[in-house]
Amino acid sequence: MRSVEVSKPTKRRSKSTTRSLRLYVAGNAPNSLRAIANARSICEGQGGPIELEIVNVLEHPKRALADGIIVTPTLIKLSPLPIQRMVGDLSDRTQVLLTLGSK
Amino acid sequence: MENHTSHAPIAKLRTGIEGFDEITSGGLPRGGTTLVMGGAGCGKTVFALQSLVNSISRPKEAGLFVAFEESTAQIVANAATFGWDLTGSAKKRLHFLDARLSPEVVKAGDFDLAGMLMLLQMKAEESGAKLVVFDGIDVLLGLLDDPVAERREIYRIRDWLSQTGLTGIITQKVGGTQQDHRYNFLQFMVDCVVVLRHQVLDGAAFRNLRVMKYRGSGFSGDEFPIMLTTEGMKVTNRGAPELKYAVFDERVSSGLARLDSMLHGGYHRGCNVLISGAPGTAKSTLAGLFVAAACARGERSLYVSFDEGAAQIVRNLRSVDIRLAPHLKSGLLKMYSTRTRGPNIEDQFHALRDQVRATKPRCLVIDPLSALSTSVVHPAALDATRQFLDFLKVEGITVVSTSLMDGVSTDETSAIGISTIADTWIHVSYVVQDGERNRALTIVKSRGTRHSNQVRELTLSDAGVDLTDVFAAQGKVLMGVARWEWEQQERAGTKRTQVAAELKRLQLQLAQAEAEARLRVVQTEMEARSAEMALLVDATGSASKLVSTDRAVLRKMRHADADVDVDVGPQKTLRHVTTRSKNGSSKNAQRRSL
Repeated sequence: MRSVEVSKPTKRRSKSTTRSLRLYVAGNAPNSLRAIANARSICEGQGGPIELEIVNVLEHPKRALADGIIVTPTLIKLSPLPIQRMVGDLSDRTQVLLTLGSK
Repeated sequence: MENHTSHAPIAKLRTGIEGFDEITSGGLPRGGTTLVMGGAGCGKTVFALQSLVNSISRPKEAGLFVAFEESTAQIVANAATFGWDLTGSAKKRLHFLDARLSPEVVKAGDFDLAGMLMLLQMKAEESGAKLVVFDGIDVLLGLLDDPVAERREIYRIRDWLSQTGLTGIITQKVGGTQQDHRYNFLQFMVDCVVVLRHQVLDGAAFRNLRVMKYRGSGFSGDEFPIMLTTEGMKVTNRGAPELKYAVFDERVSSGLARLDSMLHGGYHRGCNVLISGAPGTAKSTLAGLFVAAACARGERSLYVSFDEGAAQIVRNLRSVDIRLAPHLKSGLLKMYSTRTRGPNIEDQFHALRDQVRATKPRCLVIDPLSALSTSVVHPAALDATRQFLDFLKVEGITVVSTSLMDGVSTDETSAIGISTIADTWIHVSYVVQDGERNRALTIVKSRGTRHSNQVRELTLSDAGVDLTDVFAAQGKVLMGVARWEWEQQERAGTKRTQVAAELKRLQLQLAQAEAEARLRVVQTEMEARSAEMALLVDATGSASKLVSTDRAVLRKMRHADADVDVDVGPQKTLRHVTTRSKNGSSKNAQRRSL
């Protein structure tokens, strides 16, 4: 499973302000599924468009290795800088929003 | 341990940790999970790393190292201090996964290790790894901050290990002396638990290892001292349960002729000699004598001294005419001086073993052994000492060690059993008497040799060392000046006795002579008497003869012809009268008795 989702593609902002996230999950593990759902929900709740890439570690272990993924699920905020990492099923919404700089 | 009854022995993976494979009879459970727990600085990572390095030293073996606490660079550098080069060819077979979560990582909900295990599986399949180490699992578990989740992840690792058939080592920190009860479940779910402990006693550090659990295998559950040497971790087990070493009937001189004669020929080759005594009782001197004698015989020797420099010992021994300098020069004698308080008692013995292996001595002095063993009374210290002495025994080295103690009776316990290992125990004590201090030497025991039970005085002078008899008088042992005085008195007394005896002899001789003289007088007297007697008899005989002759002559002269009656008659009457009077007297006697 590798999918790139862009929420609200119609109102796409300039490159510098594009928010890009990558979520590493482990197949259908319960917390991975929860993480995907939570990530989507958070992205949709945001004002601007957010690029969300979901990478299944079980299918793409080399990518995970390259990104230094230790635990799943892990969410990486690729842009805007600085790069930030979050681990967990993203159920702590406040914490996620805080880290994404949206609050 | 529930599988204790299983008949097939479980497969094991050798760790290459000296001593550990022996106490677990083969190493870690192959295909099982081993938990290594302990406080900071106990050597958990070293244990895991060494097992891994040993594993990949076999051809076609590979290993994975998942580091939750340290960076790969740190671990590689750490390994290098033990002489394990992980940068060269090992790099291809030993794979590191830096599993540190940076402090910036934000935790936003529940997570698991499924992804990581997937990565590891891929790595393992790629490289053919059989052993995987999870170093510092507690760091990750701490991040989960949920006991249920922690347990779930540990089970995940275990299940993953059993599915993949990999052998796992999990290291886990436990806080200080108190174990972290939160992670107790870990011990129940793994196949083998190894507990490392670091303790400081009287300022001396001890590292210990204990196998707490081993499913399906026998193991020694004791705590064993471990040391971290330049070649990695070593577990000092108590050696082979059976004591096997060559024994020698050969005797070696103690360096002191009188002591040799007290021992009926000297020390046994290859035995342990313990010289105990209070400070300054010439223990080192006796040890020096032994070494000097060994070198004089051309035997390679090693003199190990603690807290006293070699040069100082050589100088001090010279003052009692023991010359070590020539032997040092010729290379027969090696001296090794070090401090008592090293990093660890095990390390001390390790250094000594290295010295012994390098020097290959036939005779060895450890001065003092108690510096190592009695400074810290700890089973590990005793064990270490015992093992070291055993090692020397196996090598057939004759050892003279000195030990600081004040008295024999009280120290049989405080000598922490060293005395039981000693084959020959010589004790030197002070005897303070009449304002002076003298040294008394006794042989407490000597296995397999007859030995004197006498106390001897040890005297030191410019001319050398000697043993002298002591004098026991009025229930006291006399030494030093008192002994000298006693000797003088004894000598004078002997002289007096001699003179008196001579006088008596002369007197007796005189008496004898007198008696003999008297005897001669009596004899002469007797002779005179008997002569007189003989003369008397002779005189009477001739007189009666003369009478009868005279009568005959007279008769002849009278021409008597019938004088027979005359001659006989009076004789008869005379006889009759005599008879009658005899009868009468007897009758009288009878009457009186009635």
